[in-house]
Order: sequence, then C-alpha cells, then structure tokens
Amino acid sequence: MQMKANLKDVRVKRRGKTILGPITCDLDPAGITIVLGPNGAGKTTFLKVLHGVERLSGGDVSWNVSDEQARRAQAYVFQSPIMLRRTVRQNLAYPLQLIATPKPQIATRVASWAAKTGLTDALDVSAPRLSGGEKQKLALGRALIRDPKVVFLDEPCANLDGRSTREIEALLMKATADGTHIIMTTHNLGQAKRLADNVIFLLDGQIHDRGPAPAFFAKPRSPQAQAFLEGDIVE
Amino acid sequence: MIRLLFAALMTLATTAQAETVRLAVTTSFQNSGLSDVMLPQIKADTGLVVELLVVGTGQALRLGEAGDVDAILVHSKAAEEEFVAAGFGTHRREIMYNDFVVIGPASDPADVTNQQTAAASLKVIAATQAPFVSRGDNSGTHKKERALWQATGLLTEDLGDWYKEVGAGMGAALNTAAGLDAYILSDRASWLNFGNKRELAMLFAGDPALFNQYAFIPVNSALQPHVNAQAVATLENWLVSDAARAVIAGYTINGETLFTFGAP
Amino acid sequence: MTDIWAGLASAFWLVVSLDADLVDITLRSLQVSLTALLIASLIALPFGTWLAIRRFRFRRATIAALNALMGLPPVVVGLIVYLLLSRSGPFGVLGLLFTPTAMIIAQVIIITPLIASITHQAMRELWAEYHDLLISLNTSNWQRIRTLIFDGRRALLTASLAGFGRAIGEVGAIMIVGGNIDQATRVLTTAIALETGKGDFALALGLGFVLIALALLVNFAIHVLSRTEREGRW
Repeated sequence: MQMKANLKDVRVKRRGKTILGPITCDLDPAGITIVLGPNGAGKTTFLKVLHGVERLSGGDVSWNVSDEQARRAQAYVFQSPIMLRRTVRQNLAYPLQLIATPKPQIATRVASWAAKTGLTDALDVSAPRLSGGEKQKLALGRALIRDPKVVFLDEPCANLDGRSTREIEALLMKATADGTHIIMTTHNLGQAKRLADNVIFLLDGQIHDRGPAPAFFAKPRSPQAQAFLEGDIVE
Repeated sequence: MIRLLFAALMTLATTAQAETVRLAVTTSFQNSGLSDVMLPQIKADTGLVVELLVVGTGQALRLGEAGDVDAILVHSKAAEEEFVAAGFGTHRREIMYNDFVVIGPASDPADVTNQQTAAASLKVIAATQAPFVSRGDNSGTHKKERALWQATGLLTEDLGDWYKEVGAGMGAALNTAAGLDAYILSDRASWLNFGNKRELAMLFAGDPALFNQYAFIPVNSALQPHVNAQAVATLENWLVSDAARAVIAGYTINGETLFTFGAP
Repeated sequence: MTDIWAGLASAFWLVVSLDADLVDITLRSLQVSLTALLIASLIALPFGTWLAIRRFRFRRATIAALNALMGLPPVVVGLIVYLLLSRSGPFGVLGLLFTPTAMIIAQVIIITPLIASITHQAMRELWAEYHDLLISLNTSNWQRIRTLIFDGRRALLTASLAGFGRAIGEVGAIMIVGGNIDQATRVLTTAIALETGKGDFALALGLGFVLIALALLVNFAIHVLSRTEREGRW
C-alpha cells in the first residue's frame, strides 16, 4: 500500500525558538525525495517529525495507516551512523529480532544484505571498528533489512569518500527500484541532481518550494531557491 | 552460576535436617575454648547439634525474650531470676562456676596484688587513676564489675578518662587492655585462653565477691511454640550429667582447671 | 611485624593443609555472597538500566536516594533485618534469623543500591549513544533494557564485582543476622572477628589473607572469562 503523510500546522519549538513550521502539506512520497536547504533550515527536524520521533510543539502528523504500522514500515539512518557495540552480523539481525522474526529467516536475510552492502567478509567484525563508509553501509543495510516502505536518510554521505558515496547511491537506487521510498537530506547538490525524483526546499523552517526534480533544478520558482542552487549563501 | 545457586539452596535445605538447639551463651563460654570440646561431646552422646550464639548476657536475655534462641547459658544471677520471674524462661539450672579475676600490667602501678578484697583493688586503681577497661556491654562480666564499683562507693559515671567503656566482648576488651596496659576484670577461663597477653598478668583473685556462676535457662515454650522443649530438656539433662562433669573438670589450660562442675 | 609474618605463615598452612574448617567457612562465604550477588544483580541491573532510559517525575529523587542508599551502614541494615526476622518481629514465623538465608537477605539489601547506582551511571552513557536508534526502531522499554544490558555487559560486570567485593568483605550486618554460629553461619569475616576476639591474631590474619586471595581470585577469574569471550567474538 502507498504510504502518505498529512501534516497539519506542524510546529517545533525549542527554548522559545521556532525550528520548524508552521507546515501544512500532504506528502505522497515516490521514488527519492531530496530535502534541500541551507544549514539551520530545519531539514533534520523535518525528517524526524515525519518519522514521528520529534516532539511537536503544535499541529499533527498523520500517515494513512496507524501510527504503529507507520513506524514499523519506516526506517531512519542518522547522519553519524549509530553502531550497536556488537558484530556486523548482530547489527544487521537486530531490527529483525525486535519483531521476533524466526531465526532461519534472520540468517538468510542477514547473509543477503551483507552481500548487498559488501560486508560479507566483515560479518564477524565488531561494528564500532568499521571504517566510516562501512559503518554508513551497515546502517543503511540495517535500515533496509525489514523492507520498509519509507526510509529517511540524514546526510548519508556527509563524510564519505567518492567510492563509498557511489556504493551508497547504488544501494539507494536499488532500494527505490524495489519499491522503497526514500526521503533524504543532502548538502551535495550533485548528489541531489543525480538521485532526486522530487525536491523539497526548506528555508527558515518552512517549505519554501517543492516539486518534481527536473522542474525544480531547471527553473526554481523562488529567488532564494535560485540563489541556493547557484551556490550563494541564503539566509 | 545456576548450578552454584542450586548447590547453595541444597545446603540451606540440609542444614535444617539434624535436630538442633540454638543456645545463646556468654562470650566467656566460647572464648574460654570450653565449647570447642563440649559441643562435639554433646553431639556424640545425644545426637543434638548445638548452635551457639556468642553474645553478652544482656543480649542473650533479649534473644531468649524474643524467642530467637531455644535456651540461654549465662552468668548474671539477678538478671536471670528476673528473666524467669517474667515468664520468659521456665527455670534456672546451675551448670558450672569459676571466678572473676583482676588483670593488669605486670608492673602493677596501683599495687592491686597486695589488696585484701576486690573492692579494695578497684579503689587503689581509682586512686592512682591507672587506665581501666570496662566491657560496657551489659554482659554478665560488666554487671559484676559494676556491682564491685558500687561496693567501693564510687560512681562509674564520675570516674574520669582513665575508665574506658569499650562496649565489646571479653576478647576484644582484653585486646584493648593489652594495648593500653590497662586493668580489667575478666572471668578466669577467658583470661587463661586469651592469646594476646603481652604485658598483662593476673593480679588479684580469690575474693568470694568474685564468684561466677553459670546457669542454663530453657526459653518458655508456652510463649514460643517453635522452641523444641524436648531437645532442650535433653541438652539440660546432659549438662548436669556425669558426662558433662567429666568434660568440664577435664578442661584445663596449662594444667589449670577453668570451670568447676555444678554449684558450690 | 612478627604478627604479620605469623599471619602469612598461618594462612599458608591453612591453605596447604586444606583445613576442614577453613574449607567449610570459605565455601559458606562464597555461597552466601555469590547468592546475594546473583539476586542483587537480577534486581539492580535492570533497575539501574531502567533508571537510565526512563524519564519520570521522581527520577532525580530516585537517583539521589539510590546514591544515598549506597552508603547505607551495613550495621544498621543488619539491625533492621534482625528486628524484622526476629521471632518477635513481623517475619518471625519464617524462622530465618541466624540462617544463611538471613545473611543473604542483608547482603542483598546492602549491595543492590551499589550495583544499581554503578549500572545507572554506565548505562546513561550507552543510552545517550543508542537513544536515537532505539527510539527510531520503535523498541519497547523491555527491549531497550535488554539491549543496553547486553551491550554494556562489561560495565555491568564491573558493577557486579564491586557488589561482590562489598558483600564478601562485609562483617557488621551478617554478624548480627547470622550470629556467627559455627558450622551454620560462620563465614570468613565473622571468623576473623572471632579469632581477633580470642587474641589469636595469627589465625585471624591468616583467614584475612585467605579472604583477600579469594576476592582477588574471583575478580581475576571473571576478568579472564570476559576477555576470552571478547577475543572469541570480536
């Protein structure tokens, strides 16, 4: 089933300062949606709000399924990947163990995802000892292993070299082809252009512009988006 | 870990098997070493396992009152009679006796050795203000010591810094006295069996006022239904039997008998 | 100094000759303290972890109380347990006073706050690291506690060892509730107190050295075990 989100007057305030909102919109994720915007625009908060792990100061986010189903059908990859202090194998198995997947099935899926992420040789290595690129791939594999409908990624390639970035992008394209929707933030305009099907442009906590990627990149509707795409500093 | 716990529980379960009597005794009974020879003999003769709780007479009486022991063996006649009169114990049976002695530094600065009575020896200690260690724990020995001070006409509260109440058992108090080169009142048996004498020596003994009678009191099973009155009676019968006489009379340290069977 | 040498010699002979009383007392010490450790750990590890992950109204007060309980004087614990278990007390009918069970109860009360407090401190750090991931994965409280305990097991081992050290070396409380009964409730520490009372310093010190050796041995064994596990896995 298609997952859709409905945001009504969503606001997030911290210490009296508005970080996000008010945002009212319908979200109908398809393919890869890239969230763009300058630092401090509220991109990470936006992802967390959609994922339901951010405390709202007002408004409401609802998916077209129950909260429980929505959470189960989603996964989130953090900017600096969080590694459980266990082996790669145990890290991959963890989300499946939480939902009481039978052991043989866990083993098959772990082997399959280790192969897809290129971590087969590292299965028995302690996850915190992996390199930055390997950690990010493991985090992505761990996010995808439950076959989520929607995956949120927060700057997945922020500190990675070219090769790791390419491998991650390939994994994302593959996941999209398999029917997973991806909503991710990035600083890298090149990456945005390579991957995006849709773009959401955030500025000062508000959705400033949004639309299909080709149109957005060819002809942004607002001067701020135009400036951002040209590499200017936008405030 | 699980197996260890299981083993632990098994041991807990088995300790309750043999018929046991829980007996609160004065520290002197244990510190004298008599219990080490007496208990195995009781086990051999009657099959009873006697579990000793070594405490001061004051606490022993409290344990009997609360019903936490089956019987008590103590040495403070007045307190014992009160205990029986209040109904906590059924009766008082005199088992054995010895005497208290005054211990002090061998140099004897207060000249205790040449006194005629126990009260006089305490008086000279007070006069020279030589350090004196008191049990201070409401035990039988402590009660005896206070009675002796009363006989001198001096109040223990007014005695000054040289009078030190340590609030401890006989052995611990003797250790303190040895460390301070102080005078102390001890029962003869504990003193003879004490291993850390250092400069201390026995300086005064023989005053009838220093007489020390040990008595056995069964806890009233009408008040404390869990008390195994039959086992306690078996123990009492053994304590007044010829077997007990042989053990008590035969227990010597360096050729000296520590206790005398029965009552004079 | 001569006393210390005599103590060492006495400890040596006690161990070499496998003195029956010594073996009995040592096993009882281990039995009481390890059982207490097991029970206390079963309570304190999940509780300390739970405190690290839950935000509730009296959390700060609870943590402050826990830290205060850590300094609980064992003698007072002993006295209270004694009064509760005495035949004239509320649990008198159970007849537990002056049994190893009473000693275990007292030790559990003494070491549970200590283990819980150390656990809480260690788990707070790990929780800060895992927080976002476990929230995102929609884990239940119990799953969070299990994950933190499993991944923080080495810190928890340290917490438990601290508890064991306190339990095996404790004398005030178990003297009161155990009564130091020969063959029934006498353990290493109470035996040391007894021998000191008799003025037999060599034997007391000998037992003391056995106690120290035992504590070191248990610590060492657990560390070796945890290290082999680490090498095998990682």
